[in-house]
Amino acid sequence: MGSIKDKTAIMGVGCTAFGEHWEKDHEDLIVEAAYEAMDDAGVTPDDIEATWVGNLYDFTGLSGAVAAEPLKLFGKPTTRVENFCASGMDAFRNACFAVASGAYDVVMACGVEKLMDVGGTGLPVDMGHPVLRGSSAPGMFALTATRSFHEYGWTREDLAHVAVKNHINGAKHPKAHFRREITLEKAMNAPMIAWPLGRFDCCAMSDGAAAVIITRPDIAKTSKHKHDYALTKANAMVNEAMLPMYRRSFDFLGFEATRVAARTAYEEAGIKNPLEEIDLAEVHDCFSITEILNIQDLGFCKQGEGAKFIRDGHANVDGKLAVNPSGGLKCFGHPIGATGCRMITEVTKQIQGRAEGAQVQNARLGVAQNLGGTGSVCSLTILGLPE
Amino acid sequence: MAKIASFGAYVPLFRLSREEMANAWGIPAVPGERAVANADEDSITMAVAAGADCLGASGKGIDPSSIDGLFFATTTAPYNEKQCAGVIAAALDMRTDINTADYTGSLRSATTALRAAVDAVDSGSAESILVVAADCRLAEPESMLEQLLGDGAGAVLISKQGSATLRGFTSIAGEQIGAWRRSKDAYVRSFEGKVESKYGYVLSAVQAGKDCLEKADVNPADVARGVITAGDPLSGGKVAGSIGVDPGKLEDVLFFSVGNPGVPLVLMMLANALEQAKAGDKLLVVNNGDGADAFVVELDEEFAALEGRKSLVGHIFQKKNLPNYTSYVRFRGLMKKETVDPRGSAVTYWRDTKIELNFHAYKCTKCNAVNYPKPRVCVECGTKDQFEEVKLPKTAIVFTYTLDHIDAGQYCNVAVPRLVIDLEGGGRLFLSMTDADPDDVEIGMPVDIVFRRLHEASGFYNYYWKCRSLPEAGS
Repeated sequence: MGSIKDKTAIMGVGCTAFGEHWEKDHEDLIVEAAYEAMDDAGVTPDDIEATWVGNLYDFTGLSGAVAAEPLKLFGKPTTRVENFCASGMDAFRNACFAVASGAYDVVMACGVEKLMDVGGTGLPVDMGHPVLRGSSAPGMFALTATRSFHEYGWTREDLAHVAVKNHINGAKHPKAHFRREITLEKAMNAPMIAWPLGRFDCCAMSDGAAAVIITRPDIAKTSKHKHDYALTKANAMVNEAMLPMYRRSFDFLGFEATRVAARTAYEEAGIKNPLEEIDLAEVHDCFSITEILNIQDLGFCKQGEGAKFIRDGHANVDGKLAVNPSGGLKCFGHPIGATGCRMITEVTKQIQGRAEGAQVQNARLGVAQNLGGTGSVCSLTILGLPE
Repeated sequence: MAKIASFGAYVPLFRLSREEMANAWGIPAVPGERAVANADEDSITMAVAAGADCLGASGKGIDPSSIDGLFFATTTAPYNEKQCAGVIAAALDMRTDINTADYTGSLRSATTALRAAVDAVDSGSAESILVVAADCRLAEPESMLEQLLGDGAGAVLISKQGSATLRGFTSIAGEQIGAWRRSKDAYVRSFEGKVESKYGYVLSAVQAGKDCLEKADVNPADVARGVITAGDPLSGGKVAGSIGVDPGKLEDVLFFSVGNPGVPLVLMMLANALEQAKAGDKLLVVNNGDGADAFVVELDEEFAALEGRKSLVGHIFQKKNLPNYTSYVRFRGLMKKETVDPRGSAVTYWRDTKIELNFHAYKCTKCNAVNYPKPRVCVECGTKDQFEEVKLPKTAIVFTYTLDHIDAGQYCNVAVPRLVIDLEGGGRLFLSMTDADPDDVEIGMPVDIVFRRLHEASGFYNYYWKCRSLPEAGS
């Protein structure tokens, strides 16, 4: 198997503020994010040779037109990518491989979702089958929390520490959906959504868009960010069972998709000790429990020690390995199709030393992990700076 | 001659005291309590429960595929057009080359169905037929009848082989406006009870009982037990007295414990009588409704215990009390709330019958993993199309769970327990829990799997399975 390592570079990134954009539609959001990314890269729409757009729900948009129509990207290809909550990073992945193949010089990966157009009572949950259903999104991830409590003795307080940390980070980010800190008590006393997950254990329902301009390193070297373009050190994606609740071998203590993607990506990037070598990680904290399990699955600590890792402050911005310095999905927000590209945007700016929120000091190597479904798909990207 | 091979009953878990009902309206209370079906129960699901009770524990009792027919009796069929017996037969995992039929209209339908089953077995057209009856009748809110009715189901297996012989079948046609409900009515109506009782119920019941004993050549004094249905605790005694049967030998009409369940009452009472009867006992069964039916049941031998069969007693003492009348209003949907139904599909319903109703799974012959729902490629080992269709057991252990306040995209105050369960012999499912206090759910808890109504997507009833954990039986 070949490798994507050092074969693609990020020229520019853009991201809208995430939140309740009642007055804007997906066209406004994707135009804002894409133009910010193109400005950052120093390119124009004419320079974009092909586009991939991550988007999950049909009420946001259909087909390649989700991006091609608002941006008037006519006369060239635009592909809509849909892979649960990992749609955004899957768009990025497809764009990278197209550049690495040599077919294109400059492409765009972007993502957008207008969740608030259908209200804020959680994601639509129609699974396509009348009776063999999953449950609500919080309900599905709550199953892992209940089992982890049983196995590891964790409590709702362990979950609350994740929310408190991510609110501290989100409060500092001008584009985050929620911009205030919370107390441990507030998180623990919140109304229940799906036991044991309360309101502060659940990420925000947000509108938003993000975009990334991708090219080859030899072109990046002559671009606006010629000294600090971000290099793709690895990208791995893994699909697992869509309904693990029907699978006896699923332990509900983490997600195999992340574990395999992490192993593959670390090998590709040449990472031996993730905790020592990686400076920051934007991980998929759709729910507080998911962040704890992700930290374990990504090998930042041993199985069963994820809650302690957070309690001990290792995941803080000034900790051993900053996790979600942006505030994560919890605070920054989670417009489904946009999240993957938003993570790429955040990690890129962090390693370039121009984070809009809390800056991780001396960040050189960052991970972005985008999870979809009930851990059914994980797309994982490692970004670093040129030597 | 046709015999009774087994019997069964079902009473929903919930009871509501009649005092609570009376207090809600500020009207006098009738003593006792009534059984109330949960919101996800109807005559079909209760009939499945009684039928399963009659067959005993899955795999250890009577093999459903050995039975040649299923007759369903009710006045509250969920479908006016579409057979209910077919749904019940599938959920009981019976064969498809069998005779299924719905008997409905009259409160006497259970014995009409039973007589048809006896005739079929006697004529040789069937070796055995399972008769199930269930009702979930609605009376007008604020009426006394609302307190008097109750929900339940009964079952009896008629077969060439069995422990009790049926004979002397007698039917009396008696046209009268007693209790009725037009197709456009929501609630059961009834005329002045005295008239119906004096000229309808008593007349035809007494005639049926007398004729039957004469036909069967049984002396009224030799009747060991009388199963005489009635909507109140006294009328049965009057009928018995006129026939010459000792009123002290009558089976309880469940007035104080269940309420009048309508069609299934006769089978529920019969189940109780059969469970206690001794070899040689002669039982007189008299059932009424637009006339009357009567027959004699003579025990060739005592019925042996059947693993998993709870019969009537096992269900009556297993109960939870509803806190108030509002729970009844919620369960029966008397106040309509806006609901969002998911997509339904008549095609999916048909294609997935084996997994949805028959509750079958698919065991990989290569790695033995039990796959559910039906796969083409094994979820554990990736082998294609190497499966053996297997029956899933109806008991399981909770592996993990959530109490989900978001159901069908709406926030609900009472969380729905959603359980990941491991089944005995392999297989894992994700089901909702019913009849449950969410606070009682825990990992490692054993649960039973029961047939319930899930929703009404696409305008038809989508039935499926749920978990339930029964409290210890009280007294």
